[in-house]
Amino acid sequence: MSDRATFPSAHRPSPAMSVLLKGSPVLAVILALLLGALIIAAVGVSPLAAYQSMIKGAFGSPRALTQAGLRAVPLLLISLGLTLAFRSRIWNIGAEGQLYMGAWVATLFALSFPNLPPALMLPGLLLAGFAGGALWGLVPALLRAYLGANEIVTSLLLNYVAIFWVSYQVRLPMKDPTSFLPQSAVLPAPASLPVLPGTRLHIGVILALLLVPLIAFILWKTPLGYRLRVVGSNPDAARFAGIDVPRHIIIVMVISGGLAGAAGMIEVAGVHHRLIQDISPGYGFTAIVVALLGQLNPFGALLASYFFASLVIGADSMQRVVGLPVALTEVIQALVVLFVLASEAFRRHRSRVVG
Amino acid sequence: MRGITKRFPGVLANDHVDFVLEAGEIHALLGENGAGKTTLMNILYGLYQPDEGEIYVNGRPAAIRSPHDAIQLGIGMVHQHFQLVPTFTVAENIVLGLPSRREPFLESRRQVHQQIAEVSRAYGLAVDPSCLVWQLSVGEQQRVEILKALYRGATVLILDEPTAVLTPQECERLFEILLALVQGGKSVIFISHKLDEVMAISHRVTVLRDGRVVGTARTQDITKQELARMMVGREMRPIEKPPASPAGPVIALQDIWAHDDRGLPALRSVSLEVRAGEILGIAGVDGNGQAELEEVLTGLRRPHRGRYLLAGQDVTHASARELFEAGLAHIPADRNRFGMVADMTLAENSILGLEGKPPFTRFGMLRYREMEQHCSHLIREYDIRAPGPAAFAGTLSGGNAQKLILAREISRRPKALVAAQPTRGLDIGATEYVRRKLLEQRERGCGVLLISTELEEILALSDRIAVIYEGQIVGMVDPACVDIEQLGLMMAGAIKEACELPPRPPADRPTAPGSAGHER
Repeated sequence: MSDRATFPSAHRPSPAMSVLLKGSPVLAVILALLLGALIIAAVGVSPLAAYQSMIKGAFGSPRALTQAGLRAVPLLLISLGLTLAFRSRIWNIGAEGQLYMGAWVATLFALSFPNLPPALMLPGLLLAGFAGGALWGLVPALLRAYLGANEIVTSLLLNYVAIFWVSYQVRLPMKDPTSFLPQSAVLPAPASLPVLPGTRLHIGVILALLLVPLIAFILWKTPLGYRLRVVGSNPDAARFAGIDVPRHIIIVMVISGGLAGAAGMIEVAGVHHRLIQDISPGYGFTAIVVALLGQLNPFGALLASYFFASLVIGADSMQRVVGLPVALTEVIQALVVLFVLASEAFRRHRSRVVG
Repeated sequence: MRGITKRFPGVLANDHVDFVLEAGEIHALLGENGAGKTTLMNILYGLYQPDEGEIYVNGRPAAIRSPHDAIQLGIGMVHQHFQLVPTFTVAENIVLGLPSRREPFLESRRQVHQQIAEVSRAYGLAVDPSCLVWQLSVGEQQRVEILKALYRGATVLILDEPTAVLTPQECERLFEILLALVQGGKSVIFISHKLDEVMAISHRVTVLRDGRVVGTARTQDITKQELARMMVGREMRPIEKPPASPAGPVIALQDIWAHDDRGLPALRSVSLEVRAGEILGIAGVDGNGQAELEEVLTGLRRPHRGRYLLAGQDVTHASARELFEAGLAHIPADRNRFGMVADMTLAENSILGLEGKPPFTRFGMLRYREMEQHCSHLIREYDIRAPGPAAFAGTLSGGNAQKLILAREISRRPKALVAAQPTRGLDIGATEYVRRKLLEQRERGCGVLLISTELEEILALSDRIAVIYEGQIVGMVDPACVDIEQLGLMMAGAIKEACELPPRPPADRPTAPGSAGHER
């Protein structure tokens, strides 16, 4: 898989733009949209009108841009953690569950201490969200590090435990008594993420953006990142060089679980202002594709997460404006993903044969 | 093949190479690692396309764009790393990918088995077609690969370093098979860098050096020395070894017992001592506990009994990192698996194990400039052929990779060095270089423990030799007064203590071999 992602220079993060432009992902998107046009035409809608509405919906107004930005935040947070994990060849497929647990712990915290001033509430929320996700990530990490259990299986299965746990919480113990819906009570006012003046963007955006260079720094500029890359590229050599492999598995799962948990907290405190049953439309899974599409590079993850978010927003608008069935907009999204991933595989295959 | 040229970024792998294989001959392709042997054969097998040159098969120009084309033309290749599916049977592997005569069904098992048996019998390739491949020995797997090529109608068989993975007995079996093949009208190209086997098996030999043909000769018209000179480009100097002046012990194992991965006893009461300024050779047939000994010494395996002292300090329960920091260096037997990170740069590889330490880390940050300087220094000092510190380690040839590991390990000026199979798979030039460096370490006062299955190497380098057999040290001998045959018998467990070491003052005497009390 993409653990072998190639980099222009092994230790310096490539300039952000070159990531998506190098190779042919842009061409892949165009090809996918052309194929999508055939499908749209086949159901009797003008592809031109459909794509116009899609582009307008995604990029046509400041509102569209902010909406995509808000959607991109959880994807970016999670894919940054996954970038670290996949680079170490730890296949954390449990980000969805880690997000749910982060959301739940953060809600618990906010509802338990409703009177905290924002200066304490916000760091507390972040810590609670991170801790919830990190603990959920710690379970497969310990199983893998000390018992050799495959983390793909354990982290994947723990997703369902977390999702159903939250579902139970919002139906019974945490249920808002004033509502018929499966959701918790509204969070106290101090637990609402401040919004950037003049926009609808909450400060989670800033947190996510700051983490991009931070993760890149860890990966390429610290001994920890160096060791993680050695563990990922050649675990035998890591053991031989005296690197404590189990310890690094745990560190990486705690960070990536924690970031997924923070994403969950942000969805609660920044978007819904309460815990709801379906707090995530599969961010934890989409982020896997985002991380891979970003070539396991934090700057790549930034571009890929915004790209994905725009795709979703654009597809929504396509459905609203020209009345394309929901299923079809999803087909088009999937086509784009497949084409981009295929172009990536193609590029790597070619460079290997030639080199 | 005429005028074949192949360029890779930064390297001219083949430079106008002419190569003629005649029907019914075994033609050896001899050259050091990185001389371009495998590249040339990969071109013939359609894995690479040449930049220039033509290929003729049976006098007709041939365009070989893929292995499929090569197979159509009757060319088969057995790679150094086998391309078999371990969970399939021999027969399933052999028909893998071939169209069946009863599509969409597979061929009848009985018919396939019968056909395989026929081919097997014709060339003495005894393999049971119903065996699962993972159950076979390496030599048998190689035979499956040969069968696979023959089953596909190969008349020309390319073998890439076929003996690298075989025991001496298996080598002889292979040679018999090859002779049977050429008697049956097949032709064989035999890639090797080992002079002895080239002399033993081939009819003609073509020598490659730096991508160019140095010459082609009939094997009977040429001597080993001439071939060596053609291959290396200069005369080999025998290694000179000044007498040892050992000091106190740096490594001491006392009654060490350890299990292998399956939980079976692998080391049984091993006691030995390596003194500063000497090389202790561990001789033995592969698989008699050498791997476990290497792992115990380097902290990768826990002994369940006994004591391990490094420079007087008890390190029985120390981790690999603690041993590293206590001054132990390690050249691993499986260098690609343990010694290198292929998709990291040479600079990054050159500090593996030192990554958190100054000058490579300051204020918690890695310093790439220091790393690159260190690496450039090693590249110069140790004559590593590499484009530069920013190149990926995976692009190095075997010999240069080993030089980098050696450079990294001994540039720390260790107190003790565990070198396991340090020249396995290396060409003559690199082998000689590595051996000289080991002797230099001994001169410097480092205690060197050399684990090698190559007796010649053990005899050339060691000051004392410990023979290991079934996890026990069955003898401790002086290389000056033992010959290869005697040592061979000890390694086979036939005799113990061929020759006592000359008496020493009691304080200086190495720990008595622990085998005495634990005979089976």
